[in-house]
Amino acid sequence: MANAEETARAADARDIRDRWLLSAPALVIILLAATGPLFVMLAYSFMLKGDYGDVQFGTFSLDGWTSVLFQRDMFDDTLGLADAHLTIFWRSISLSFYTTVLTLLFGFPTAYFIATRPPKTREVWVFLVTIPFWTNLLIRTFAMQQVIRNEGLVNTALMALGVIKQPLQIMNTDTAILLGMIYIYLPLMVLPIYASMEKLDFRLVEAGYDLYAGRWQVLRRIIFPLIKPGVIAGSILVFIPSLGAYVIPRVLGGGKNMMLGNLIELQFGAGRNWPLGAAISITLMVLVMIALLFYVRNASGSEGAHG
Amino acid sequence: MAKRPFDIQAQPGFGFMALLTFFALYLPIAALVAYSFNAADSLSRWDGVSLRWFISAWHNSAVQDASVRSLVLAVSAAALSTIAATMAALATTRTRPYPGLTFKYAFINQPLMVPEIVTGVALLIVFSRIKVWTGYSGLGYLIAAHTAFCIPFAYLPIRARLESMDLTLERAAADLYATPWKAFRFVTLPLLRPAIIAGFMLAFVISLDDVVITEFVKSGGQDTLPTYMLGQLRRETSPEINAIATVFLALSVVLVTAFYFVNRRKP
Repeated sequence: MANAEETARAADARDIRDRWLLSAPALVIILLAATGPLFVMLAYSFMLKGDYGDVQFGTFSLDGWTSVLFQRDMFDDTLGLADAHLTIFWRSISLSFYTTVLTLLFGFPTAYFIATRPPKTREVWVFLVTIPFWTNLLIRTFAMQQVIRNEGLVNTALMALGVIKQPLQIMNTDTAILLGMIYIYLPLMVLPIYASMEKLDFRLVEAGYDLYAGRWQVLRRIIFPLIKPGVIAGSILVFIPSLGAYVIPRVLGGGKNMMLGNLIELQFGAGRNWPLGAAISITLMVLVMIALLFYVRNASGSEGAHG
Repeated sequence: MAKRPFDIQAQPGFGFMALLTFFALYLPIAALVAYSFNAADSLSRWDGVSLRWFISAWHNSAVQDASVRSLVLAVSAAALSTIAATMAALATTRTRPYPGLTFKYAFINQPLMVPEIVTGVALLIVFSRIKVWTGYSGLGYLIAAHTAFCIPFAYLPIRARLESMDLTLERAAADLYATPWKAFRFVTLPLLRPAIIAGFMLAFVISLDDVVITEFVKSGGQDTLPTYMLGQLRRETSPEINAIATVFLALSVVLVTAFYFVNRRKP
């Protein structure tokens, strides 16, 4: 008996070893070209900046981190808040928040609409949401530019109708970034909500009406609680990439209306302050992690409520 | 009875909002495509329908160059990431939980958790130093970076497929004296093929579309189609960019449609 047990244990150990070998290529590539560099960046955020970009290797300094939020006064060397950075943090967080709320406002009815179609046409509607989702982000940003630029679709139409005499300046404003982000991240809101809506048991809705609930009450008390996991997943899927947006503000926001992604790029380009860029990157990563933790806590909570 | 039956699924205004959403999703794309057929020299005028910008893009050597590089990169990254992801999926499914399994899941999905701009600058830091040390500044860096962030996408469908398969057929093969390799080659692999194709296509599209990480990793003169377009968007754009975007768009639609059908086919 003991012998058989030993053989089994040896076979188990061999199986586990084989499984590590088998997953090694994937793990090594990710370590070298994704995870590892993040740790190098963490180290860089604690070094002195070099004169022409890069860092002074092996030095230690907290300058990178303090200049995320503070700046040293040019004349009396005191620390003050870096207003430009605060503005950018605030723009990133508030625009991401508005994007989430507005995509939910349009995405929820859309998902509901798709889920209540007959099964055959439903697939077509889902497919129509999937196509923009898989279309290059840059191309969709560019497409948005065609609509809102001064000689674009909206302005041409409004001027032809005589509503306005001068084109509306939408490009290079926060509104342009917001419109672009709503447009681009909308499918990320619709798809997860649709996924939970598809499983919705409409007999529960019927029961609600039988008990004299109105349309609004049914929506708020029955449908919404049941699809809450989808709403939370969608919100996270929209909020997180919005926070790290780089292409959309660069193309639609012009040079002045930066978000965190553009501030980071600036430090590695013209700003020549790699430790600061590294510190802002890590701050952005922490903000994303907080959002994810919020999601994990809520998702497990609502699952427990159903089970 | 004369009254229309009460529709329990109806919610006032939802259909309108949904149709508005679909209209808004496709209007910008329609505008982009329409302007690519513009005969005028700039986007501010409309001079009738013409294919001149498609022809001019086709003959633009920078565009040719970037297109070839994009394709080489996407095929290499998709192939490498699909192989690595298939092996990883075999190693992480159909087993009792073992030490390190959760770690592997988390690690494989790590590239999805970090904003692209952050991965981009982290790679810039590391690769720029390696470029100085080794003097090599070829396509290898881009292939490595793309392979890494494509792995989680290729892994997804393959793992899902494996989890719906049990080990019965492999055990039967072993009973019939198949070596583990033969069992894999003639039993597991054919069953897994649709998922591997799906994983490859996902990885291909993800690599082809990437702009942020490529922008930070590429060496001078290593533009892919998306980074070339991003560079052009800075200046006053001509309808040539629309023509390139339209072709790119058509390619994406074809790929998504193909992916849809590959995935729908019942094994």
